[in-house]
Amino acid sequence: MLLEEAVSSGPMFFSLVPWMVCFPVIGLLINMFFGGMILERSKAGEKIVGSIASVAVGLTFVVAVLQAISLMGHPEGQVVPLADWITIGDLSIPWAFQVDTLSVVMMLFVSGVGTLIHIYAIGYMHEDVRHNGDPSRFRRFFVFMNLFIAAMMILISGSNYMMLFVGWEGVGLCSYLLIGFWYDKGKDGIGNALAAKKAMVTNRIGDFGFLLAAFSIFYLFRTYDFHTIFEKAPEVAAQNPGALLFITLCMLVGVTGKSAQFPLYVWLPDAMAGPTPVSALIHAATMVTAGVYLVARSAELYVLVPTAQFWVTLVGAATALLAATIAVGQFDIKKVLAYSTISQLGFMVAAVGMGAFVAGMFHLVTHAFFKALLFLSSGSVIQGLERGHHHVEHDPKLKKLLKGHAHDFDPQDMRNMGGLKDQMKITFWVYLIGAIALAGIPPLAGFWSKDEILADASKEFTWAYILLTIAAVFTAFYMTRQILMVFFGKPRTLAAEHAKESPPVMTVPLMILAALSVFGGLLNLPFAGFHNFAHWLEHTLGELAHAGEFVPLVALLSTLLALASIGVGYWLYHPRRYEQFWSAPAARRPDDPLRSYIGPVFDVLKNKYWVDELYWSLILNPYIALSRFLADVIDWRFWHDWFHDKVITGGFNLLTRLLAVRIDLGGIDAFFNGLATLVQRFAALLRQVQTGYVRNYALMIFVGVVVILGYLLLR
Amino acid sequence: MVPIQYYTALAVTLFILGAVGVLIRRNAIIIFMSIELMLNSANLAFVAFARVREALDGQVFVFFIMAVAAAEVAVGLALIVAIFRTKHNIDIDQMNSLQG
Repeated sequence: MLLEEAVSSGPMFFSLVPWMVCFPVIGLLINMFFGGMILERSKAGEKIVGSIASVAVGLTFVVAVLQAISLMGHPEGQVVPLADWITIGDLSIPWAFQVDTLSVVMMLFVSGVGTLIHIYAIGYMHEDVRHNGDPSRFRRFFVFMNLFIAAMMILISGSNYMMLFVGWEGVGLCSYLLIGFWYDKGKDGIGNALAAKKAMVTNRIGDFGFLLAAFSIFYLFRTYDFHTIFEKAPEVAAQNPGALLFITLCMLVGVTGKSAQFPLYVWLPDAMAGPTPVSALIHAATMVTAGVYLVARSAELYVLVPTAQFWVTLVGAATALLAATIAVGQFDIKKVLAYSTISQLGFMVAAVGMGAFVAGMFHLVTHAFFKALLFLSSGSVIQGLERGHHHVEHDPKLKKLLKGHAHDFDPQDMRNMGGLKDQMKITFWVYLIGAIALAGIPPLAGFWSKDEILADASKEFTWAYILLTIAAVFTAFYMTRQILMVFFGKPRTLAAEHAKESPPVMTVPLMILAALSVFGGLLNLPFAGFHNFAHWLEHTLGELAHAGEFVPLVALLSTLLALASIGVGYWLYHPRRYEQFWSAPAARRPDDPLRSYIGPVFDVLKNKYWVDELYWSLILNPYIALSRFLADVIDWRFWHDWFHDKVITGGFNLLTRLLAVRIDLGGIDAFFNGLATLVQRFAALLRQVQTGYVRNYALMIFVGVVVILGYLLLR
Repeated sequence: MVPIQYYTALAVTLFILGAVGVLIRRNAIIIFMSIELMLNSANLAFVAFARVREALDGQVFVFFIMAVAAAEVAVGLALIVAIFRTKHNIDIDQMNSLQG
């Protein structure tokens, strides 16, 4: 019967879906228990450990592909129950995996991009652990990475909000662990640990919103199951629209935390403290898109509450513009990409907010390709520079030319680069492809997905369209600036001059990602007869997955604007001009050519609108002052010193003294002692009768006899 | 026949003599003798009343009292000897170590 079914409507591999979580877990367990031994005993230990991790993720990708194949025959998908998890009263939360077109899209690109990044990381971490001086952490890196993939798979394949939450927290934990991977490095030896802490704390605020939403969902629907909730949602919305608004807005708070949206985006730039493959995998391609996935997954809830949709769109569009402008003023190659990521996430959030779920998910996928590509290439650039720096330091002739302290060299500062296109050809070309894709130049992937968002926005949300278009203009500008500063002109430092290309284990994944960035747009060309991605998602989202139309005017306008922006960028930063600018004495020239034109505005951008400082002065410092006050004054001085020591201990001592001295000693003891004294006195009195003279006693007896006889006679 | 009053008077006199002797004398042997005197005054009274009532139980009592008195003298004299051995004295007022 199974065979017949398989023949009639394609094969079914849905039951394999739990393996998506199992494979990475098996991989991490192997590395956890045997990785240290492998690293010690074998010369190729790092390759083996890295391969185990990569194969684990690769197998996950294979399972994801099998799911996709199965879905082609059975597009309605399936819920695959694995085990009971929580059963309390009528609430039952199973471990069940949701296989439908939406989750499989996530599975495919998370495991696919994840595999490439794992392979890249074998090469990257090989050098990174040596630069940072602790090769034994190589194994730990891959354990964490596999754990991340497992958690991410739980997040995207859960069939209820609680499983999603488990994954949500799991990826948050891995993000924390990997940002703080070099926890003993960074500014003052604690910078990375602080960055990890910041990510953790900021995400907790978002998770608080998510939890409120989850509790409200249970209160309203008495279940966490996606299907049941979405079925009941219209009914509930009719009865109680406010509650649904509350749920969706609380979910938005969760989204702003995890997907780094305003106002909780501040953790993502600091998260660049983690190794670059982490930035690519977690903080660009996969984890940060969890928020977008959450909104898309809850599409049925959001479409019922236009107010919530408005706020999601506003947050997304505002973040897109804000982060894009900040990226213009950054000098750290990874910080530029981090703000770019925030900005692009803003595009996706705005898209799913507008109800353009297909466009949002489409951009999510293409963005995963080109942003992972950009991050990985930037990692290649950074290591190329570090190799150059290493070479210079160990060459006695060159070392003399080094000015200042060798340890001050920052391999991530774009001002230390320049001219890398000759030394690092492959990296340059893939970086260029990624940048063009990001800038939205047709026909690369970024153009199609971004344009679909803009086209959808232009129809109903004109204000969002304007914000996003301006953000796109800035995107093209900062990417031009970055490319020109990093790869063109003459090398500005000795390290850049001696930079070396990365090994193939790193460049091959880059080339694959570059190919995906070029051709990713084919997933969903906005022309009749294509729309593959929209049709694919239709099976899950129903009529919510409307296919984006191609609006020639919008496409033309955004392309022209992007080209113009690139032109302006080229005019400002073109190699000869920048060299001229750079050759001026350091004291007299501004830090960036742009400063000559916009002056103080550049300071605003460079300092990220002082948002961190604002948070410090508005929230953190008062909060710390409040906690100090609560700890010192309320808890220690009032509660401990005064209340406990004075009131309770003092009062108790007073009471016990009263009881012991006054009541016990003064009352009870005195009474019984007095009684005893009285008896003693009386006894002393009586004692005198006992003279010891026998004749006395005889006289007493005699008198007694006389008295008794007298009494008997006289009565 | 001698009237009972005379016997009684004699017995009382003897008893008073004995009692006074016990109370005022300090020599232990004299006190013993006084006790014997009182016992015998009681014996005399018993015998006299037994005669008057023409019943024998009073006479029987006297035999018992004489036996007890003999035993008591034996014990008493032994005590006096023991006291004398320790104190070299039989003054009854010296035996006051049990005073309160």
